[in-house]
Amino acid sequence: MRNTSIEELKQKAIELRQTALTMIYEAQSGHPGGSFSAADVVSALYFKEMNIDPANPKWEDRDRFVLSKGHVCPIQYSALALLGYVPYETIHTLRQYGSPFQGHPDMKKCPGIDISTGSLGQGLSTAVGMALAGKRDEKDYRVFAILGDGECQEGQIWEAAQTAVKYELDNLVVFVDDNGLQIDGTTEEIMPNQDLEKKFAAFGFETKRIDGHNMDEIAATLDSIRGKKNGKPTCIVYDALKGKGVSFMENVVEWHGMAPNEEQYNQAMAELAGGLK
Amino acid sequence: MSLLEKDVVVKKATREGFGDEIVELGKKNKDIYVVDIDIGKSCKTTKFMKDLPKQHVNVGIAEQNGAGLAAGLATTGKIPFISTYAVFGSLRMAEQIRQEVCYPNLNVKIACSHGGLTPANDGGSHQAIEDMGVLRSFPNMKVVMGADYHSTRKLVAQAAEIYGPVYLRFTRDNIPVIYDENEEFTIGKAKQIKDGSDIAIIANGDTVYLGLEAAKQLEKEGISVKLLDMHTIKPLDREAVVECLNIGKIITVEDHNIINGLGSAVSEVVAEEGKGIVRRIGIQDRFGESAPYEKLLELNGITIENIVSTAKELLK
Repeated sequence: MRNTSIEELKQKAIELRQTALTMIYEAQSGHPGGSFSAADVVSALYFKEMNIDPANPKWEDRDRFVLSKGHVCPIQYSALALLGYVPYETIHTLRQYGSPFQGHPDMKKCPGIDISTGSLGQGLSTAVGMALAGKRDEKDYRVFAILGDGECQEGQIWEAAQTAVKYELDNLVVFVDDNGLQIDGTTEEIMPNQDLEKKFAAFGFETKRIDGHNMDEIAATLDSIRGKKNGKPTCIVYDALKGKGVSFMENVVEWHGMAPNEEQYNQAMAELAGGLK
Repeated sequence: MSLLEKDVVVKKATREGFGDEIVELGKKNKDIYVVDIDIGKSCKTTKFMKDLPKQHVNVGIAEQNGAGLAAGLATTGKIPFISTYAVFGSLRMAEQIRQEVCYPNLNVKIACSHGGLTPANDGGSHQAIEDMGVLRSFPNMKVVMGADYHSTRKLVAQAAEIYGPVYLRFTRDNIPVIYDENEEFTIGKAKQIKDGSDIAIIANGDTVYLGLEAAKQLEKEGISVKLLDMHTIKPLDREAVVECLNIGKIITVEDHNIINGLGSAVSEVVAEEGKGIVRRIGIQDRFGESAPYEKLLELNGITIENIVSTAKELLK
């Protein structure tokens, strides 16, 4: 944990969005909507909460990060680039041949990626495995995972959830990015998730629902669970807007996996420069 | 004493070989884990669970999660053996194995009992006839089946030694113990049981014994047989197959669909080399059913008699 101020975290969240958008614009491919909905939590984790060392990405006592909704990797790549896991110029290579920034996270190609993801519904199981190993080895590290709300339609998420509770993984912190949209429409239309917070609570998690774009609330929540040793995993469901930070992208399902044109890119960068509304 | 002279009497399921060996391995190396998926009693991991509880996980009836969890363990340096039935270990968790084990090339072993027709009375739903074929198409995966209790133990131990994903397949039902316990095996290297000059028989798993018995009969009739135990179908011992091309006539025998298993793998080499002829004996691209194990083999022509007659037909 580093003493990063709320203002700095907010600023980093803007930089993360701008960097991610630049990547996606240059690649003309990628997923801006979900990258932006997760940007504030990613900022709080990478720039304050997680015990990590960019110079030593395989440090065995590091906190782990699992981006289960792997398609929003531009936001994670931005954090890795800003922290120096890779040269900053790597941002110009997203989805290109030979790039560490593959279309979906690849732990063999990119330092700082703790597990390859991309096939939805599978990340939480891997996070449970990492957390379980930490417990068995009496390590202090924690494992943070970000799930999409859409991927909670996969049964495997709940298989993993029950396992985290069985093995009393209080070193596991699961975020659910509850933005209400998936590729074919709203989650309500496609497959209603009901109340994800209540679902995780019913499985035995300690849960909380927060505003995923309110940095004070994100930071306070992370403060409140730090050092927790009560045998229960944590699930923080955060209300989020897909595309948060760019007016024409917010809550528009088409921005799930679309790259902006030049005009849209310039407008988006200008809006982001003004901070979150 | 040559294996051909040995009278085989003892029978043992190779899942027992896994169960016995994994305990020894776990005691020697605390990073060895077993991830059970509820059927530990059947997969012979209960001793491991009892003796080494800190290296044991049971995820319940949830294969997909078991595979993902094992991948997570492997990222921290553990060597997890996922233990389940072959039909689930190759199919229910196939995508998790692909995405989270093979794609990142993690050190996870998939150790599956109930291979082929050996869960005979369980019926077609539980007989894995396509598992080795599915898994051999995943990059980074090695695919192995021992021919008896002793070779299975040796191969399991070796799988723990080498880095990367390995699929290990065991029998549910008892099969003859053909090897001496001191016999050595190398993953990726065919075991030549006997050299010969008229016909080559390449078998794996529970059918090696059938190949052995067929070889005995053929030898009695003056036909010289080269017999290979191809316990590893991937990476296939290409050199060993190429050596068989000096004979030119090859019979493959497997307790697996003839599509995409040992016979296919051998045929790929033979076709690429452009010489030689292969006859595949195995499951005839059809599902099994509840029946005695020997009956199921017979229905598919996986018999000593069929190996013998196929050899004679090839030699005509």
